[in-house]
Amino acid sequence: MLDIKNLHAAVEGNAILKGINLTVKPGEVHAIMGPNGSGKSSLASVLAGRESYEVTDGSVDFLGKDLLDMSPEVRAREGLFLAFQYPVEIPGVSNINFLKTAVNEIRAYHGEPPMQAKAFLDMLKSKQKLMEFDANLMNRSLNEGFSGGEKKRNDIFQMAMLEPKLAIMDETDSGLDIDALRIVSAGVNKLRNKDNAFIIITHYQRLLEYIVPDFVHVLYNGRIVKSGTKELALELEEKGYDWLKEDIRLEEPVQ
Amino acid sequence: MSAEQDILQELAGREYEFGFETQIEMDIAPPGLNEDIIRFISAKKQEPEWLLEWRLKGFQLFQKLTMPNWQNFKLPEVDFQAVSYYAAPKNKVKYNSLDEVDPELLRTFEKLGIPLEEQKMLSGVAVDAVFDSISVATTFKAQLHELGIIFCSFGEAVQEHPELVKKYLGTVVPQSDNIYAALNSAVFSDGSFVYIPKGVRCPMELSTYFRINAKNTGQFERTLIIADDSSYVSYLEGCTAPMRDENQLHAAVVELIALDHAEIKYSTVQNWYPGDKDGKGGIYNFVTKRGICKGKSSKISWTQVETGSAITWKYPGVILQGDNSIGEFYSVAVTANKQVADTGTKMVHIGKNTKSRIISKGISAGHGHNTYRGLVKVGPNATNARNFTQCDSLLIGDRCGAHTFPYIESKNNTAMVEHEATTSKIGEDQVFYLNQRGIDNEQAVNMIVNGYAKEVLNQLPMEFAVEAQKLLSITLEGSVG
Repeated sequence: MLDIKNLHAAVEGNAILKGINLTVKPGEVHAIMGPNGSGKSSLASVLAGRESYEVTDGSVDFLGKDLLDMSPEVRAREGLFLAFQYPVEIPGVSNINFLKTAVNEIRAYHGEPPMQAKAFLDMLKSKQKLMEFDANLMNRSLNEGFSGGEKKRNDIFQMAMLEPKLAIMDETDSGLDIDALRIVSAGVNKLRNKDNAFIIITHYQRLLEYIVPDFVHVLYNGRIVKSGTKELALELEEKGYDWLKEDIRLEEPVQ
Repeated sequence: MSAEQDILQELAGREYEFGFETQIEMDIAPPGLNEDIIRFISAKKQEPEWLLEWRLKGFQLFQKLTMPNWQNFKLPEVDFQAVSYYAAPKNKVKYNSLDEVDPELLRTFEKLGIPLEEQKMLSGVAVDAVFDSISVATTFKAQLHELGIIFCSFGEAVQEHPELVKKYLGTVVPQSDNIYAALNSAVFSDGSFVYIPKGVRCPMELSTYFRINAKNTGQFERTLIIADDSSYVSYLEGCTAPMRDENQLHAAVVELIALDHAEIKYSTVQNWYPGDKDGKGGIYNFVTKRGICKGKSSKISWTQVETGSAITWKYPGVILQGDNSIGEFYSVAVTANKQVADTGTKMVHIGKNTKSRIISKGISAGHGHNTYRGLVKVGPNATNARNFTQCDSLLIGDRCGAHTFPYIESKNNTAMVEHEATTSKIGEDQVFYLNQRGIDNEQAVNMIVNGYAKEVLNQLPMEFAVEAQKLLSITLEGSVG
């Protein structure tokens, strides 16, 4: 589904990603962990196509197409979804209208007619139930005045509505209390199937107790320095990242 | 960033949709401003002596008054002698029915989306169409007549209802109010007149559509709306002009009078030609609009969506004279490219328990400059006066400007005046967020801007709200930052 090869990226001339290699297959959940500033969120931004990131080398194949060649909206329409670390507020734009526009844009891209109002509302209701999403939030302006947790839940609700092939969750657990974390995780687990995949970026092993990953990768200094299974997350929780940093420093050539 | 620039360029590159010119034989007065021209206009319109006198008085005042110097833009030199003050489609000055109207003219309005043949009209909207100096057609007249409602061109009102015109003309905006009001009172050509009798709720939207067509002319229309006791009317004006390299002057005066328990809702969707992206051409929109809540418990509400004109300079205000009267001002003003807007309102509280509400949303894009200027004045007798002002500015790009000049004068210590202001920027983050959900740049900007302006757009009658939303997006085509 996703094949990242030797991906290099920079922001304002500063190299942030320094050769990422990662393959994600349908049905898989990959967790990406790593200390602050290691490039985790940058990877998410580069994959989603944020303007300020410049890809300097490497390639990304998404479902047989060149992802890096697509505009952000086309990536979304192709089935790539990013749950934001900090979802923005857009005053005056109703949550429902926004979702309807998004759903229909994606449908139009795939040559499907716009969804009828009734069908859309039915879908909205069933997903609300599935994700335990508060119907009151639905009628408000997009994220306006939402608490941090509500914003994150709104993002995950959008994910349920848009049914992406690949969802990247950028520190979705940060700012969530235990109950919200449980609800969000349960929602994600319900959305998991053999055809879609998830990349979960997180600092903490806690989230991975709820959403059990198939693979865990450690990102450090713009590269994946270690990959393993879910046991790796436990090891990190116990030992921190310093032991990895030590290893890497030894490997790095003297400059 | 470059995505934003692309959108900006795309938006800026959008052509003004209504820039065509109608080829029609015109009766045009030679350029120049003097007593003879005023006599010529008055004679053309077969006006009574008192109105000619009134015009001449206006002209005298115009000669004495000087240009204001407080505006927040560089006032362009306007050569009043280079303007033609009268232009009318030839053949007929007054049309008795649509059959007599030149088909070319009807096609013009059709092209503008304002079909004048009643069977094609938006149901529930009566239209008075003004082409350069002359009212072309007023629809649904008979139906309105049954209710005693007068809706006609200003020229017609002078002939048919001189007593009403004489009684109210210049009572809200005195001739001496400002130099452009004085000019208008000297040379005004046509415009709309509305009278709603006691106790009548006007069953349809009344609308005037103004079109400047002829070259080197100015448009100086006058609108007078009187709502008698316990009546209600909702009125809308729209306007367009051809694209021309030189600037054209539009100096209108609008006067509203609401008597006891009457309500007037006045909406404007202003889309005069804004000039090209380098600021060449465009309309100077220097307009004086004011209403008076003369009667107790009366209400006047202004809603304006200002998307056009090279320069917009106007402050629709309300004089709250009657006790318990209410004044409202809802505004969205957009400036893109090199457009300038200096607009806002004046709420003058005179009566007791008077209330006013001001919601102003400025949007600046490109090199546009947007100024909110508002006055809230509370007189010594205006016990318990209340005002709420909210004044928001949205910036798109980093070369535009937003400015706010709120003035508050209170002479009564029971008054409560609140002012809130915000300035925000359409963020790259907001656009990216919408992009990431499959929505392209252009639509993303539209959504953000319409969301921002929603509170004001909600005030517009339904059909026009849709129109206004479209206009906003067209105007802003060219603007994310």
